[in-house]
Amino acid sequence: MTEFAEPHRRGRLKIFLGYAAGVGKTYQMLDEAQKLKHQGIDVVVGYFEPHGRQDTIAKAEGLEFVPRRTITYRASTFEETDVEAILQRRPQVCAIDEFAHTNVPGSERAKRWEDVQVLLDAGIDVLTTMNVQHLESLNDQVWQFTGIRVRETIPDWVVKQADEVVMVDLPPQALLNRLKRGAIYSRDKARLAAEKFFQESNLVALRELAMRQTAHEVEVRLGAPDETDRPAEDADDRPSPAIAPASDRILIFITDDPSTAALIRRGRRVADYLKADCFAVFIHPQIDLQGLPRAQREAIERHLNFARNLHVETRVLQGENVAQALVNFARLHRITQIYLARPRQSSWPRLLGRNLLGQVVRLARDMQVTIVADRRRGQPPQG
Amino acid sequence: MVKHGVERPDPDKLLRQVLAEERYQARGRLKVFLGYAGGVGKSFRMLDEGRRRKQRGEDVVVGAIQPTVSAEVAALLQKMEVIPPLTVDSVPVMNVEAILSRYPQVCLVDGLAYDNPPGSRHRKRWEDVEELLSAGISVVATVNLQYIDEQRERVEEITGKHVEHTVPQTFLSNADEIEVVDAPPEMCRQRSADAPLQHGAAAEDVVGGQEQKLSALREIALLLAADVVDQQLEAYLERQGIEQLWGTQERILVFVTPEVDARAMIASGRRNADRFHGELLVAYLAEPDLTADEKAALEISLTEARAAHAHIEALDGEDEVDTVLQFARSRGITQIFVANRRRDDWRERIFGGLLERLILTAENMDVRVFPQ
Repeated sequence: MTEFAEPHRRGRLKIFLGYAAGVGKTYQMLDEAQKLKHQGIDVVVGYFEPHGRQDTIAKAEGLEFVPRRTITYRASTFEETDVEAILQRRPQVCAIDEFAHTNVPGSERAKRWEDVQVLLDAGIDVLTTMNVQHLESLNDQVWQFTGIRVRETIPDWVVKQADEVVMVDLPPQALLNRLKRGAIYSRDKARLAAEKFFQESNLVALRELAMRQTAHEVEVRLGAPDETDRPAEDADDRPSPAIAPASDRILIFITDDPSTAALIRRGRRVADYLKADCFAVFIHPQIDLQGLPRAQREAIERHLNFARNLHVETRVLQGENVAQALVNFARLHRITQIYLARPRQSSWPRLLGRNLLGQVVRLARDMQVTIVADRRRGQPPQG
Repeated sequence: MVKHGVERPDPDKLLRQVLAEERYQARGRLKVFLGYAGGVGKSFRMLDEGRRRKQRGEDVVVGAIQPTVSAEVAALLQKMEVIPPLTVDSVPVMNVEAILSRYPQVCLVDGLAYDNPPGSRHRKRWEDVEELLSAGISVVATVNLQYIDEQRERVEEITGKHVEHTVPQTFLSNADEIEVVDAPPEMCRQRSADAPLQHGAAAEDVVGGQEQKLSALREIALLLAADVVDQQLEAYLERQGIEQLWGTQERILVFVTPEVDARAMIASGRRNADRFHGELLVAYLAEPDLTADEKAALEISLTEARAAHAHIEALDGEDEVDTVLQFARSRGITQIFVANRRRDDWRERIFGGLLERLILTAENMDVRVFPQ
């Protein structure tokens, strides 16, 4: 019975990370595919978007392509990765462009990264590409400095799962030159040149973000020594500072307020950097959510779902006194930081929020309370 | 906030700007490929760029190559014009004079960190490059992280290897363009296994096989590049008159006051800044009428801040909250750490005092309240 049972091996995931269209992610992915093929490894291309770029098209030459699947949606046809066909073909390695892509409705899975999970589960190694701005936890920051709300996002844990993240770098000036020469997006370069992402300050900022993110990914895989909040090494005999937990544990307080999404992203991001456990709670006077107005209930459910998608453990608690229930839960679970959204200005729930915030700060005498700001748009760059 | 151009331009300043601009236009452009170890493919990327520029009609020569090159690089070299090096004391030295008289638009220099033998035109190769740039020749060069002077100590801790020849980090941060050559460690191992044996003291040293070490170096190189890019971003924003409001880097500000034991906040601030590879700042209000006890208490916090290598800033201002927030905004702070003070003053004891005002007015930054 064990005769054919190989130990199950999950496929390895390698991500080529860039900061804008045209930096050369696809080119590098194909270059790697070519090298692997040259080494005798069975490689196919599962999806590749040439955008009419000659260098990239030339790089794909000689590689085997798995034909795409055609899907008809609202009388138009779309082409998507054919996961079934790749599984049947069973290559060792599959190159799939644009990790953050959203599949057309009617596809088996909503997101391409979910398609990739299926391939990885089947033991196929995957090479893929993405830009740093597609990372879920950076969504607010990217919006803050570019004014662009990126819609196609990838949860951070998916990227964290990758065995390797490689930065594909190109100085912004060189990228802008490429754009001018028409090497990128020859068809609609005029439109793109005007696009906000291609303003130099945005490119510089995104590039820095990509470098820092890649450094972080390298560090996570390096398994840096786990330091924790320690009392200062200090010879004087004042009592140790109050906080010296074994490790950080973050608790996000969920409400129906739209700022909750940004709060969850921020809490998740900080937790990742601090290697902290991350939880989220919604507290309600009744046992179940049915008593709430529909819009409110849906917002809460959306936020809880969003948190779960980011691998944040969620709970719905019952409690008459919300602040007290929150702090009690935090204490019980050895939480070191409670994350709350800043009450918004000039709206009546603000008073309520202020009261709650005040109560939490007063009650949480043994833990930190972080009030997360609504990230607002910075001054847009000139020109 | 955009600085408005309402004030009259200063003619001397304008003249200085014009001269600086002229000098800048007359100079060649410097582009540096930064790698974290030998074998990541810096030389190839540099030569490939040279080849592409040549195809586009630029006049490109190779001024210096590594003593040993991979087959891939050798193939590219075939297509390029190489200015042969001088040989001084059997050491190859870039022939600056020949390059100057040949006067190409672009000169490729593989490896910046070489000391020239005594009696050479310059002591260091990067000084040779400086001369080419001043003469109006653009340079595309490569450098390995371990040869950046300011990084040498950290790198040596990881590799256990000492390098003699270095390039100052300012040379890198003043480059017009820096490009990271990133590759996972296994690639370096493969490539260096393919490459012929390395020799010569200055030959780019292939760091030993341990993936851990290579990853550590890789992280340092990426963060170094990010810092260089951050400086470029700041310079760009300044030129455009845009106040920094970005969140590309985490900047943590710990606000200390005499009645607060800030050691936990500073320790946590340091650790958070390290984890994010961000900056740590500690600020306090410079109040002239502190008691001796208050001064002593504040000094304990500041000693802690100095030990944590924080930037320390004494702030001047009437209103505590406004002063701190104004400072925070000017520095692009992303997180403020404050203590929840419990003075025996009833107004302070109840949330609704300064802390509340700080929380409600701190736009674009998180406020982390520490218990006391």
